[in-house]
Amino acid sequence: MTDGNATTPWVPSEADDRSVTSQITGLVLDRPTSRTWMVGLFVGLVGLNVLLVSIGWLFAFGVGVWGINIPVGWGLAIVNFVWWIGIGHAGTLISAILLLLKQDWRNSINRFAEAMTLFAVACAGLYPLLHLGRPQFFYWLIPYPATTTVWPQFRSPLMWDFFAVGTYGTVSLIFWYLGMIPDLSTMRDRASNRLVARCYGVLCLGWRNSVQHWMHYRTAYLILAGLATPLVISVHTTVSWDFSVSIVGAWHSTVFPPYFVGGAIFCGFAMVLVISIPMRRFYHLENLITVRHLDNMAKIMLAAGLTVSYGYLMDAWVAWYKNEPFDSYIYSNRFGGPYAACYWGLVFCNCLLPQLLWSPWIRRNAIALFVISLVINVGMWLERFIIISLSLHRDYLPSDWAMYIPTVWDWLLYAGTFGLFLTLMLLFVRLLPPISISEVRELIHQSKEPSE
Amino acid sequence: MPQLFSRAADTWFRMILAVLVIGTGVSVGIALAVARSPYLTGQNRVPAQPVPFSHQHHVSDIGIDCRYCHRAVETSASAGLPTTQICMNCHRQVFADSEMLAPVRASYRRRIPIVWNRVHDLPDYVYFNHAIHVHKGIGCYSCHGAVGEMPLIRQDAPLTMKWCLDCHRDPQRHVRPKKFVYSPQPLESLIDTDQTSLTHLRSALVSEYQIQSKVDCYTCHR
Repeated sequence: MTDGNATTPWVPSEADDRSVTSQITGLVLDRPTSRTWMVGLFVGLVGLNVLLVSIGWLFAFGVGVWGINIPVGWGLAIVNFVWWIGIGHAGTLISAILLLLKQDWRNSINRFAEAMTLFAVACAGLYPLLHLGRPQFFYWLIPYPATTTVWPQFRSPLMWDFFAVGTYGTVSLIFWYLGMIPDLSTMRDRASNRLVARCYGVLCLGWRNSVQHWMHYRTAYLILAGLATPLVISVHTTVSWDFSVSIVGAWHSTVFPPYFVGGAIFCGFAMVLVISIPMRRFYHLENLITVRHLDNMAKIMLAAGLTVSYGYLMDAWVAWYKNEPFDSYIYSNRFGGPYAACYWGLVFCNCLLPQLLWSPWIRRNAIALFVISLVINVGMWLERFIIISLSLHRDYLPSDWAMYIPTVWDWLLYAGTFGLFLTLMLLFVRLLPPISISEVRELIHQSKEPSE
Repeated sequence: MPQLFSRAADTWFRMILAVLVIGTGVSVGIALAVARSPYLTGQNRVPAQPVPFSHQHHVSDIGIDCRYCHRAVETSASAGLPTTQICMNCHRQVFADSEMLAPVRASYRRRIPIVWNRVHDLPDYVYFNHAIHVHKGIGCYSCHGAVGEMPLIRQDAPLTMKWCLDCHRDPQRHVRPKKFVYSPQPLESLIDTDQTSLTHLRSALVSEYQIQSKVDCYTCHR
């Protein structure tokens, strides 16, 4: 790789407004539906049907179709919830925090990263509802003036979680949509089909590119970024409280919030890479999502990976240092118990393999990065599995001990959410500009202007 | 290409937005109102009964005590329904040939109880105990209303959880001296006094009967 050193510009020097606009709108408007896309959508729809069937089966026969038992009441549904919601965090970090920190390189990746956030939240949001024994009463989580005059338990983190995820979903959707409005107007202007133009025209809310529009837009976008910034920290913190506020041995720990947020960003960036590497290849976006972008994301991933590894280390160290027999037992069970393979798999995926990212060559090698990112996603899934199900399977009372073995319905539901995610993602890249046109144009202007 | 949208497009768009927003608000309002309405709570419902038994006649005209028929009210969770034997104690003599009472006589002859239709039907997940309520000075009137004025028995209260909790949170509102527990009238009409001394009486009764505000989930959901 020759390009990708620190001085490479974020957009190629020969790019101008016109070329970038045609390139990105062309992906949606001019490009014929490719065979690869159709195959992908087919796979996605098969997955979506798997999701529907497993939800139907669950509703017909209840949560007993899963492998959960007493004491392991929280199985794959909660593991997958935490995993998906964690993935979303990278999108928000890219779109909000990096915007406020004036990291220009985010302009080329924020759109699809935000879409990823939104779709990941959609997948995550399904699980707690399905996990309810009586999902038809999910609305009892909403504080509404019921005829019972009883409110939800506001002291419960499960309640806070509902608000955290609800806020996250709403803010992510608004942020994503607001950011897309100028681009939607570009799509409207570029569309040759009148019906298509009208659809984009409705979606862009009558955007006319006037200075006044831009002034309001800029303010709104910054305010939303400000609102979304605390969410990067707060959502997974609240998710971690679901565990740390309880008295389960391995959960009752103050390290959980930072440890969870670190893990979320780790896994989220891995997912952004898993999406962007094939996307830049299939859609020939190597000029916009440059090797230097991959390099930067890999660096953030490395930093988050080190945070997470530090979390594991401290968690184990504190368990030993406390000299409390049960806490030490939790770790000896993780190191050598029936699920030891999961623990060592986690150490390999999340702590050892990401050390390769110290090498600039690996960071700039798309294929290596893609593989490492996939492995990190697996590792983060194992982490949640270990934290959630493993902590429960050895209760304080040895008479309660049980094994948790996910059933085929647990796995099918998980596979089904991949179907949902893939379907939404493919529809997104087919119907909406996957890279922000207006923000890349801004980047071009900045690079052309003489720096102060 | 001609203009994409007509001049009225903005107005249409805003109207649709307004309809969506207002429509959502109105739908939620309607849902909340319907949940409280007699249509869903069953308040004022008068279920059909195999025999048109008149509480008005038996309670007000004749003056039979509630416990003559609802014998278990002081000792068990359910107040109990009278056996046909209890009906026949009187109706062997009174209205012995009445057409209206034919099902009662048939039940007596065949030894098959009359199947009354439940009027005050709490959900199965609610534990309710009559005995503790009457022993703590909560009168029949508080839940069943002016039974002596009902020719056919009617569900007087909405029986929502809010309605239960209103009293459980503030039992003073419904407590009465134990001698009036079986009087199917409001306390105001039983004691000739002003509102202030009535309030004093009630708060004195709360401490005398050692009434606690019980609002834990397990009080009713066991």
